[in-house]
Amino acid sequence: MANGDFLRQLPGAESHFSRRPGLSDIIHIDLPLLGLLLLLIGSGLFVLYSGSGQNLADVKKQGIHFIVALTLMATVAQVDPAVLRRWAPWVFMLGLIGLVAVLLAGADAKGAQRWLKIPGVGVRIQPSEFMKIAVPMMVSWYLADRTLPPSFKHIVGTLIIVAIPAALIIIQPDLGTSILIAASGIFVLLFAGLGLRWIVGFLGAVAALAPIMWFFGMKEYQKQRVLTMLDPEQDPLGAGWNIIQSKTAIGSGGLEGKGWLSGTQSQLDFLPESHTDFIIAVFAEEFGFIGVTVLLTLYLLIILRGLQIAMNGQDTFSRLLAGSLTMTFFVYVFVNMGMVSGILPVVGVPLPLVSYGGTSVLTLMVSFGVLMSIQTHKKMLPR
Amino acid sequence: MASREFKDHYREQRIFFNRTIVAGLVVLLMLLSLAARYYYLQVVQHDVFSTLSDRNRMQLQPITPTRGLIYDRNGVLLADNQPTFSLTIVRERVKDMEETLAFLSDLIEIAPEDIESFEKRLHQRRRPYESVTLKTRLNEDEIAKVAVNRHLLAGVEVEADLIRYYPQGEDFAHMLGYVGRISEQELKKVDPANYSGTQYYGKLGVEGHYEELLHGQAGFQTVETDVRGRVLRVLEKVAPTPGADISLNIDTELQKVAVKALDGRKGAVVAIDPKTGGILALVSTPSFDPNLFVTGIDSKTYKELQNSPAIPLFNRALRGQYPPGSTIKPFVGVAGLDTEKVNTGTTVWDPGYYQLKGDERKYRDWKRQGHGWVDLKAAIAQSCDVFFYDLGYRMGVDSMQQYLAQFGFGQLTAYDIDNARDGILPSREWKRGVKGLPWFPGDSINMSIGQGYMLTTPLQLATGMAVLANRGHWVAPRLIKTINEVEVTDVPSPPDMQLHQEWYWDYVIKAMEEVMHGRHGTARGSGRGAEYRMAGKTGTAQVIGIKQGERYDADAIAEEYRDHGLFIGFAPVNNPKIALAVVVENGGGGSSAAAPVARKVFDAYLVGESTKLQAAK
Repeated sequence: MANGDFLRQLPGAESHFSRRPGLSDIIHIDLPLLGLLLLLIGSGLFVLYSGSGQNLADVKKQGIHFIVALTLMATVAQVDPAVLRRWAPWVFMLGLIGLVAVLLAGADAKGAQRWLKIPGVGVRIQPSEFMKIAVPMMVSWYLADRTLPPSFKHIVGTLIIVAIPAALIIIQPDLGTSILIAASGIFVLLFAGLGLRWIVGFLGAVAALAPIMWFFGMKEYQKQRVLTMLDPEQDPLGAGWNIIQSKTAIGSGGLEGKGWLSGTQSQLDFLPESHTDFIIAVFAEEFGFIGVTVLLTLYLLIILRGLQIAMNGQDTFSRLLAGSLTMTFFVYVFVNMGMVSGILPVVGVPLPLVSYGGTSVLTLMVSFGVLMSIQTHKKMLPR
Repeated sequence: MASREFKDHYREQRIFFNRTIVAGLVVLLMLLSLAARYYYLQVVQHDVFSTLSDRNRMQLQPITPTRGLIYDRNGVLLADNQPTFSLTIVRERVKDMEETLAFLSDLIEIAPEDIESFEKRLHQRRRPYESVTLKTRLNEDEIAKVAVNRHLLAGVEVEADLIRYYPQGEDFAHMLGYVGRISEQELKKVDPANYSGTQYYGKLGVEGHYEELLHGQAGFQTVETDVRGRVLRVLEKVAPTPGADISLNIDTELQKVAVKALDGRKGAVVAIDPKTGGILALVSTPSFDPNLFVTGIDSKTYKELQNSPAIPLFNRALRGQYPPGSTIKPFVGVAGLDTEKVNTGTTVWDPGYYQLKGDERKYRDWKRQGHGWVDLKAAIAQSCDVFFYDLGYRMGVDSMQQYLAQFGFGQLTAYDIDNARDGILPSREWKRGVKGLPWFPGDSINMSIGQGYMLTTPLQLATGMAVLANRGHWVAPRLIKTINEVEVTDVPSPPDMQLHQEWYWDYVIKAMEEVMHGRHGTARGSGRGAEYRMAGKTGTAQVIGIKQGERYDADAIAEEYRDHGLFIGFAPVNNPKIALAVVVENGGGGSSAAAPVARKVFDAYLVGESTKLQAAK
């Protein structure tokens, strides 16, 4: 506690700082956030065991993903936000190069090119995931020095920054990720004080563009997903199957659930993708509405902590970035739980930190690392 | 950052603060709306989805009862269930049916007819997730090939199944009938719940008549299945009641002897135990292999059977309607005695023909030179036509019809035979109704020797014979002997025949004994050297009319126009154990074609292997 002792010796230190630097600040880990995340990860692994058909190997693999991701988070958390800010354009550029490379030499997975194989190493990376952090970093960097609320010029500038990676991802094609990435950039604008007229105008434009997108922009399978969401029964054995089965799983769970490992929908394989995108249906079936409420509360607390970190951010860059990352996390939760319960079209969005998959876990934990860095690297100076 | 713009940090922070609060509220609101959605699904709609979920995992499956076995009177198996492996497909689990069928066709040999019939049945399937058979009787090699590629064949299963098998083959086809795939019309006739898992249905014969009994009662089980339909565990089970095992009065050895005696000719043999009415043999030749029909006969084989000139699919014993010819004479004789139109002293001069007064038409006797003076006994023994022309003329159609009806002619009297024809027992009403003509005396004359309009089936002839052998006592003929080893008794039968004098029976029977053993008996050749006494009557039925003054010359006409040889008889005379009728189509005379067949059957039953078997029991 040498550092703490030093702080206390500073004249007027007590009055300048609302709180003393605690363990969190020293190890650059936000303990409340870490606690919430570990709680979520822990329960997620239990559900994964059930959702994967009691496959311990999957759970172990996912455990390793978490260990790597937590390490990465802790590492990123050590990096001063000022450094992140300096790196932002370069990180963004690297991401763009990655996206272009995917289009030129990407590996196929389920009909879409998302992966980039690094020759010799045997590691596959997904540049679009990388962009989920790089875009908010870049936009935050871009707007941090501007007069806020942003001017027309800067709004357009922001939209261009967002549009380039979004477009590159759309043609992979991966609409879900593209929307998430665009959203992460837009969130920065919103936090930066985008005028109400802009917001209304933007929503109006989306409403106007939607039909045009429907007829000219969307691929057949994307249209099908929307139609399926609206009426899954029209193709109960085809596209509608997933959503009918997931709703059945959720609904049959009732208030208290069927109990861990006792969900018939998932254990008897009626539920597809039960350990990845549709894992919330397993959770809802086995733990009931009570479980869902607890899970939602956990997510709410994580998001609120993220927003709190954003509010306490020491500079504009930190605040914008923290706010955007937190809201992106929220969008994950909302889109996933919405699509599985049949109120949103099925897009490939995993349930954050619960669904099986290393990539999304890594990205999410890195963004939490960024949040922790922002929370724990406050300069002991008056602002 | 070359040109740092002016920044109002306080304002920026205030804006950010407000926006964050708004964001927090939006998050809260949207998560609440998610919670509301889950509440709606999990609490409000819980019952709906709970039902859906149960329906998903639980299936009510019918358990098809095992079809009852059919034995003969000595316990010889006539209809068996053989375990086989079938390739079945559940449409709901197949992604691309065409692709799957193509893949299977590459893998194992599947006949185009199999696919055609599969697609037809797929279309008329009854329940979702019902498996439809594509190919039956897989061999081990085929089972292995399917098993190895199972991961590529979602919805395709190899199912163990019991398939009907008739070990005795053709010899019993007309009597037993066969099972085949149940048709839509048949399904409408039965309780759909009981038949929900049943694939086969008794089409004809014993299989058809005793369908309900042989089928049994379906059981049900509620099973938990996974998404691929694999049964994980049985939650509830109501066991099926297997179909009853039945045994028939049929004597397998006797049946085979009869088939052999017919020696490939077209014909029929029906043998009945007069005491019980039990049908000992029911043969129609040529026949067909009933096993061909069980899983569906291919159209080529079926066409061949259908177009064969010998019509093997035609059941001559039950549906063949023949003029009885002279075999009717003992029955007419009984009628003549009881109506007192003849007595033991009545004699008639037979010059070789019979003429009505004032009619120049001559009714010829089969013996051109005539039999001379004959009484009733001689008329039966030698089969004198003129005696019966006279009797028939004097008795008239009404009396003949009345007595012949009491012997079971013109009607179906068998207890458990469905598809037999009624034959024709003509009467005045019948002729007026069918021909629109009044009854002429000449019709009575023809009827008296079993020609003209009268038609009988071999089953009717054998039945009439049994009644006569029983001296008027009726026991309806039946195939069934036991059901689940319980003897079937109290079969409803027509009323016994009462004659004014009991000795009328003895007299006619004595005359029939003369047929077999008398010096002039028409079947004395077949009666010679027997260890027992038998009674019989030969008959010859004309296939084409012989015009006035024309002669019948068997060698000069095509086989299909040659006379049918008939024979009825029973033995032993003083204790009848077997009564029978034999028809040999286009075989020529009854004494040469039919009587020898009867003798072989009598021998087999009374002194042959079959008797020893019975004695041993």
